[in-house]
Amino acid sequence: MARLIANTPCAGLLPKTIGSVSLSEVDAGVVTLVAPFNGQQKAVSDALKSAIGVGFVAPNRCVGTSPRVMWCGMGQALVMGVDCPDLPAQCVDHSDAWAIVRIDGAGADAVLARLTPIDLRASVFKKGHTARTLIGHMTGGITRLGAQSFEVMVMRSMAATLVHELVQAAENMDARAGLSA
Amino acid sequence: MRIAGKGLNAGGAPVSFSFDGTIYEGREGDTLAAALLANDVRLVGRSFKYHRPRGILTAGSEEPNALVTLGTHAAQDPNIRATTQELYDGLAARSQNAWPSLKRDAMAVNDLMSPFLSAGFYYKTFMWPKSFWEKVYEPIIRRAAGLGAISGVTNEDTYEKAFAHCDVLVIGAGPAGLMAALVAAQAGADVILADEDSRMGGRLLAETYSVDGREGADWAADIVARLMAMDNVRLMTRTTITGAYDQGTFGALERVTHHTAATQAPRECFWRIVAKRSILCAGALERPIAFPNNDRPGIMTAGAVRAYLNRWGVAPGKSVTIFANNDDAHRTAVDLVEAGVKVAGVIDSRADVQALGDYPIFTNGKVVGTKGRLGLESITVQHSGGTRDIRTDCLAMSGGWNPTVHLTCHMNGRPTWNDDILSFVPTDGAIPDMTVAGAARGVFSTHGCLEDGIAAARAVVDTLGLDAVAVDTPSADDSAYRIEPLWQVEGKGRKWLDFQNDVHVKDIKLAAQENFRSVEHMKRYTTQGMATDQGKNSNVAALAVLADATGRGIPETGTTTFRPPYAPVSIAAMGAGAQGHGFAPERHMTSHQATLDRGAPMIEAGLWYRPSYFPKQGETTWLESCNREVGMVRNTVGICDVSTLGKIDIQGPDAAAFLDFVYCNTFSTLKEYRVRYGLMLREDGHVMDDGTTARLGANHYVMTTTTAAAGQVMKHLDWVSQALRPDLDVRFASVTEQWAQFAVAGPKSRDLLNTVLDADIDGESWPFMACGDVSIGGIVGRLFRISFSGEHAYEVSVPARFGASLFRQLCAQAEAMGGGVYGMEALNVLRIEKGFITHSEIHGRVSAFDIGFGRMVSQKKDCIGNAASQRPGLLEAEREQLVGFKPVDKAEKLTAGAHLFVEGADAVRLNDQGYVTSVCHSPTLGHDLALGFLRDGANRHGETVMMVDHLRGVKTLCEVCHPVFFDPDNTRAKETSNG
Repeated sequence: MARLIANTPCAGLLPKTIGSVSLSEVDAGVVTLVAPFNGQQKAVSDALKSAIGVGFVAPNRCVGTSPRVMWCGMGQALVMGVDCPDLPAQCVDHSDAWAIVRIDGAGADAVLARLTPIDLRASVFKKGHTARTLIGHMTGGITRLGAQSFEVMVMRSMAATLVHELVQAAENMDARAGLSA
Repeated sequence: MRIAGKGLNAGGAPVSFSFDGTIYEGREGDTLAAALLANDVRLVGRSFKYHRPRGILTAGSEEPNALVTLGTHAAQDPNIRATTQELYDGLAARSQNAWPSLKRDAMAVNDLMSPFLSAGFYYKTFMWPKSFWEKVYEPIIRRAAGLGAISGVTNEDTYEKAFAHCDVLVIGAGPAGLMAALVAAQAGADVILADEDSRMGGRLLAETYSVDGREGADWAADIVARLMAMDNVRLMTRTTITGAYDQGTFGALERVTHHTAATQAPRECFWRIVAKRSILCAGALERPIAFPNNDRPGIMTAGAVRAYLNRWGVAPGKSVTIFANNDDAHRTAVDLVEAGVKVAGVIDSRADVQALGDYPIFTNGKVVGTKGRLGLESITVQHSGGTRDIRTDCLAMSGGWNPTVHLTCHMNGRPTWNDDILSFVPTDGAIPDMTVAGAARGVFSTHGCLEDGIAAARAVVDTLGLDAVAVDTPSADDSAYRIEPLWQVEGKGRKWLDFQNDVHVKDIKLAAQENFRSVEHMKRYTTQGMATDQGKNSNVAALAVLADATGRGIPETGTTTFRPPYAPVSIAAMGAGAQGHGFAPERHMTSHQATLDRGAPMIEAGLWYRPSYFPKQGETTWLESCNREVGMVRNTVGICDVSTLGKIDIQGPDAAAFLDFVYCNTFSTLKEYRVRYGLMLREDGHVMDDGTTARLGANHYVMTTTTAAAGQVMKHLDWVSQALRPDLDVRFASVTEQWAQFAVAGPKSRDLLNTVLDADIDGESWPFMACGDVSIGGIVGRLFRISFSGEHAYEVSVPARFGASLFRQLCAQAEAMGGGVYGMEALNVLRIEKGFITHSEIHGRVSAFDIGFGRMVSQKKDCIGNAASQRPGLLEAEREQLVGFKPVDKAEKLTAGAHLFVEGADAVRLNDQGYVTSVCHSPTLGHDLALGFLRDGANRHGETVMMVDHLRGVKTLCEVCHPVFFDPDNTRAKETSNG
C-alpha cells in the first residue's frame, strides 16, 4: 500500500522577497468550481449563502475571505476554503488545479503592471474585484486583496513560469528603485 | 565652446567621456551633442550614401546626422542620436559609416561619383544580368551605404514591457502640455504626462522667454514640482509616445538607463498606455532650408543653436551667421549677442525686416554657397546689396516650423495645410478622443501655447464629467509668427533636403520628371523620409519641391503616410521578457523534477514539457533506450505520465445528449463506470480530435482529448453549447490541471497497481474499458482500464498534489518488477505497432472514412460534421486511406513525410499515390513500420508501393498492410485472467 505525500504547485520556488514586495504561495484549501445548471443560479446562491454564508457572485467579484466565492468565468465561480455543499450545479474539485501566488508590499501594483494589461488603479480595480486576464503570456486570474496586496492564479502546471515572470518583474522594479533621477 | 556661467546646467559637475577614442570633458546635464560642441567637435558622422562629412543638425529626437554607436560586444547599440543621449561619466561613443576614420573616409569617393548615383540609379544600372542583383550588386551596395551595425551577438541586457492606464494622457511637457496636465489634474483626472526629454519644459528650456515674469525654465520646474506632488499625476520623462492605436491605446518607449553607466535595471521599457482622453502637445520641429551645400558640419537649425546656447551654455561657433525666412533669425541673433557670441550676419529672405540688436542684417538675402570640407568655413550671400562671402563657422538656419502632427495621422488621418504658417496642422478628429494643443496645432507664441493647453484640458475634463478649476493664463510673449515662403535657393551645388538619406532637390525633380509624381512614389524612388528620422526635418520641404516640380500646390500634393513608431523603438523593448524561459509559458507535469533527475531529455508538446526517453547507463543512443522501454511495456510493465492529455468534466441533465451531438459516435448508451473511444468531427465533416470518455454517473462524464487539441476542443464545446445547443442543460470545466494521470501498461500492470491500491483489483472487477474511483493511501483517485499501447493497461489518476509522490512510487515498483518508466519515443512506437492514430494522422484534412472509421459516424442521430461528412467526394474509394507499410527488405528504412508511388513510376507530383505520416522502428517486430495514407488504400493490402523521400534521399519498396501490425484481435488489452 502506498503513502502519498502532497506537494504544493510552487514548492521550492517561494516565498521570496524582492525589494519592497514579497511573493508567497497561497493554500486556498478545498476549491470547488461551481457552475449552476440552467435557471439554477438563484437556488445555488441561496443554498451557498445558507451553507457557507456567501452566495454566488457577480462577474469580476470575489466575496468573503475564508470561505470565499470568486467569479472565474461565464456562469462559473470558485468556492474556496470550505467543502462545497450539494448544489443544483456542476461541482468540480479544483483544489489542485491552480497555482496561487500572493504579492504584497509597496509597488505590488507596479510589478503586476509589467505583466497584465488590465487597469489596476485602486479607483477602478478595488478590493474584492477579480479579473480573468493575461499574466505575461499566461491566462489566469488576478484578485485585489488590499491596497498593495493581490492574488495571482494560473494553471498549476505553469507555476514555475508564474514565479519566473513575477520575480523578473519585481527585480526590474527593484533595480529601477535604485536609479538616480 | 562653453560660455562661462551660461546654461541651465551651468553648475553641473564635470563628466568625462570619449568620442572615437579621444577623451573629452563635458558636464552633468549635457547631451552628447552639447558636450561635443562644447569641445568644438563639429564633424560627427558620414552620410548614408555619399559619405559626406556631417555634423549636428538639431537638438532633439529628429536628428538625422549625429548618430553614434555606444557600447561594445553584445551591448553594442547603434544609431544612438547624440542629440538625445545624455552624458554620463565614462560614456564612450563611436562614429558610424566611416573607414578608416571619420576624417579620412575611403568611401567618400562615392561623393565624387555622385552625378552617377542619383535617385533611381540602382534600378537603372544594376538591372543586368538579372541574377546579379541579389548575389552581387545588392550586397555591395548595402556594404557601402549604411548606418551603424548591430553586434550579431545575443544581447544580454534586460528590457521591460509595462501597461499604464489613465483618464488623460498629455503628450509633451512644453508650455501647452504643462498647463494641460495641471488643469486636468486639478479637476481630479488621473493624468499621465509623458515627455521624451530628460527634463520637462519643452522649448522653455531652450529659449530666453519669461513666463509669469520669471525665467521660462524656472516656471516650468515649478509646475513640474506641483504636478509631482499630486497623487493623481504620473510624470514620465525620457518617454516617447511612439504610436496612437485603437481605443485610446498608445505605445511609448521609456529609456530607463540610457543616461547612466550599466546598471541592473532595464535599458528600456515599452509601455502600452490606455487613456480615456489624450492631449497632444508635441510641439513643432524646425525645418532647414535647401540651399547649395547646406549640409556641412556647423550648419544647424536656428532653434538648435538657441538650445545649445541657452540650455547648455554652448556656442556652436565663434562667428555665427543666421539664415531664415521668419523671425527666428532675429531671436537667435539677439540671444547670441546677449551671450557675447559674435554674429557675423543675419541673412533674412524677407525685405521688410530690421535688426533687433547689434548685428549686420542682409535683407532679401539668400545663402547661395558654402565652403569647408570637414566643417563650415564661409558662406556666400546674395542680398539686396549684392553678393559677398562671410567667414563663419556656424550657420543657423530656419525655414519655419512644422507642427508635430505625426501621432494624429497614425490611424490613417491626413493633416491639413495651413497657409498662414506654411505647414500642415492636425485635422480635427483624426484620432478619437484626442485633442491637440499648442505648437502641435500651429499656435507658436508662448502665451498662445499656455492658453491653448488650458483650453484643451478644460474641454477634455468637461467630457469626463469633471469640473475644471479656474486658472489664469500666465503672462508670456505673444508676438505673431511671421514667415514668407522659401523652399529652395538656386545655386551651384546640391541642395540637401533629407540629410539622413542623402536626398537633394534634384533627386525630387528627377522623380517628378520620371513620372514618380505621387508623393508616395517619390518617397520610394528617392528614399526621402525613410530610416531612423523618418524625414522629420525634410518631409514638408521635399513635398514643396515636388509640388513645384509637378505644378501642383502643396495641399494637392499631400503627405506620405505617417506610421508608428514616431521615433525608433528597439526590437528588444518590444520583445522584452521573451528571451529564454520568458519565451513562452512552460507547462510542467508533476513528474517534471523526477523526470529531470533521471536524465530524460525533454521535448515540447505544445507548452508542455514531456520526456523523450529515459537513458540507462551504457545506452548511447535514443533508439537503444526506446527499444528497451518498448520491450519493457510489451513484456513486463511501464509507467508513463499522461497528465498532459486534456480532461474535461461534463455534467448536467443533458450531458449525454450533448456528447451524442459533439461526438460522431454514441455516448448516451455508455454504461456507468465504463469508457468509450470517441471521434469528434469539425463542422466540415473532417476529423477534429479523438479520445476516450468515461461515464462516472448518469449525468456525469469525463472526456479526454489529445494534448495538442485540449484548448481547441474546450473552445469547440463552448461554441456548441452557447451558439448551437443552448437548449441543452450541460456544464463543462477543464480538470486537466486537477489530476495527475499515469499510464501503467504491460502484462504486469495489474500486479503493480495492486501494490499501491488500498484494495486489490482483478479482471472481473476491472475489465477492459472499466473505470471508477480507487483509493491510494487513503486518497481518492480514479482508475481507467484503457490502453494506448495495446497491452493490458490502466491509467490511474490522483489529485495533482500527490502526482510527484505517486509517480516515484509507481516507477520504483515497476523497476522492482523488471519494468520501468517510458517516454514519448516508446509511447509512439507502441501506438504505431497497434495502428493507433495521433494528430500526425488526423492532421485536419482527413475524414472518418479516410481513417477507416466511417462506420463510427452514427446515422441514428445527428452530430456535428455528420451531414458534411456525407458530401460527394468525401466517401470515394479513390481517396487516400489509412494503411500500414512494412519494408519488403526488412533491413530498409521508412521515413515520415515520404511520398508513395507505383513501383517503376516516376517519383513526381502527378504520380503521387499518398504519403507517410508516422514511422518507427519496431523492436517487437524487428523492422521499421509506417502509417500513412494511400489512394484506395483499404483495397490494396498486400500490394507493394515505392516510398520515396526526396528530402532525405531515401527510396524503399514497401508492402501495404492493415494499419494494426501487432495483436490485431486486441487480446492483450482485453486480458481477463485474474492471475
